[in-house]
Amino acid sequence: MNIDLFFQYIVAGLTYGTIYAVVAIGFNIIYNATGIINFAQGEFVMLGGMTAVTLHQILPLPLAILAAVIITMAVGALIEILFIRWLDRPSVLRMVIITIGISILIREASLHIWGEGVRALPYFTGSSETSIRLGGVFVSPQVLWVVGISAVMVILLNVFFTYTLPGRQMRACSANRDAARLCGINAKNMVTLSFVLSAGIGALGGSIVSPITYVQYDSGTQLAIKGFTVAILGGLGNSAAAVGAGMILGVLESFSIAVLPAAYKDVISIAILLLILFVRPSGIFGSSEAARLSEF
Amino acid sequence: MLRIKNLEAGYATLKVLRKVTMHVNPGEIVTIIGANGAGKTTLLKTVCGLLRSRDGEILFDRQDIRRLSTEEIVFRGCSLVPEGRQVFAPLSVRENLVLGANVQYRRGKQAEVKNDLNRMFGLFPRLKEREKQLAGTLSGGEQQMLAIARALMARPKLVMMDEPSMGLAPLIVRDIFGIITRLRDEGNTVLLVEQNAKAALGIADRAYVLETGRIILQGQAEDLLSNRDVQRAYLGRDLDSETDI
Ligand SMILES: Nc1ncnc2c1ncn2[C@@H]1O[C@H](COP(=O)(O)OP(=O)(O)OP(=O)(O)O)[C@@H](O)[C@H]1O
Ligand SMILES: [Mg+2]
Repeated sequence: MNIDLFFQYIVAGLTYGTIYAVVAIGFNIIYNATGIINFAQGEFVMLGGMTAVTLHQILPLPLAILAAVIITMAVGALIEILFIRWLDRPSVLRMVIITIGISILIREASLHIWGEGVRALPYFTGSSETSIRLGGVFVSPQVLWVVGISAVMVILLNVFFTYTLPGRQMRACSANRDAARLCGINAKNMVTLSFVLSAGIGALGGSIVSPITYVQYDSGTQLAIKGFTVAILGGLGNSAAAVGAGMILGVLESFSIAVLPAAYKDVISIAILLLILFVRPSGIFGSSEAARLSEF
Repeated sequence: MLRIKNLEAGYATLKVLRKVTMHVNPGEIVTIIGANGAGKTTLLKTVCGLLRSRDGEILFDRQDIRRLSTEEIVFRGCSLVPEGRQVFAPLSVRENLVLGANVQYRRGKQAEVKNDLNRMFGLFPRLKEREKQLAGTLSGGEQQMLAIARALMARPKLVMMDEPSMGLAPLIVRDIFGIITRLRDEGNTVLLVEQNAKAALGIADRAYVLETGRIILQGQAEDLLSNRDVQRAYLGRDLDSETDI
């Protein structure tokens, strides 16, 4: 493998890794607020992409994406209010079943609305043939969009959790729910907010990546598995580590194509997931508890 | 200020509180003493809405708060310093305090938060030194101070404290009890739950003795201090190891 090809694989890996990280952060936000894994997280990504594609028929691209994000956020809020909010300290198993049920519901509804067709937003700048030369590597401008927007999103999230009142309230709730209530914080609203945030993040990710990966009514499931792997790899709840873990998975997958048949690409993440769950359930970035002390 | 009548509460099939009746007047320190498992924590949790009562009445400022949410009860001015401190470990000392003032924002009194912050740093200079430190890395005594300060940031009319002396060295206990006295002298109302009966009776105005979910004795603190039953059950055995205030 020559050095240029090597970097080409790296770039491809980082692109996918970014998206996996975005999905993983969505998992983490809800996990931190509620202690549950929302298995419908991938569906938020799909919903964002699908809605953006549909709205782009009548709206300019940035507006279509913005509207898709807002609509998906509303769906996130609705789901929380309808299915989660009224439960009083539900068991983990019950939550797993409920969120899987929600994901099936969204998928089937999407199949009903959009059919089986594969869709995509147009490239934000240029087309699928355009590429920018960075050193010896050719990079699609869309890759820069994806990485750039995701990076801004991660930074904004960090600012939100560190400096704003609702951000602090959410961290307080995940640190100690009863103590947060004793400070007069409405813990239920914080859970709703976590669903809204996760839905928005997922939808934005789904929109910006759709030109590269395409989107279909069932593409959320794949992404959910990848995102979940990354979230576990980084240590549940630790969003900064999820970014690193996302890159690792993306690059691993990308290089796997060089040595394994392409069909085995998805096996990689499942294998990693199982391995981590067996060997090091707290994630590769050390103790998740310690990591959570310093990260959002 | 607080009036509890025939309160019954518990967990699932377990009945813990049985017909508890008590009250706290404005400006008093009232203490509840009782052995492990008597139901002291259960009582405080029920008052602040973390636990639903089964029967009875809880009046705060003459209004029934039995069905209100914890957030609403805190908003109305009834705060709890929970057992075992329960600070927000991954947040800084300052963030903990600001979150304590959460209801002040809702009351539209955000302008006072800065002042209150300085007041707390005056009351607990140790917290000022550790303003930026993560609360989880504080010592037990410092965490207790933080938990108290966080509750006071809400400007409560009544502050309830669940065993603030638990696991602390005598010197720190003395500091904390000194501060509770000072709070009362500044016009605050305190409901204090304690195992350290001697110290608690030493600073309290009135006291209740809770035993297996029932109030079995009540009266002026100094009367209980000299009551033979109380002396035998709660003060007797290790009189010497108790802290002197
Ligand atoms: N979450 C819970 N679920 C079930 N039972 C509980 C729960 N919390 C407390 N109990 C039970 O209720 C009874 C009273 O407990 P409580 O914590 O109110 O006692 P306490 O007087 O505060 O004791 P301590 O001085 O040890 O703190 C105990 O028998 C305890 O086992
Ligand atoms: Mg207790």
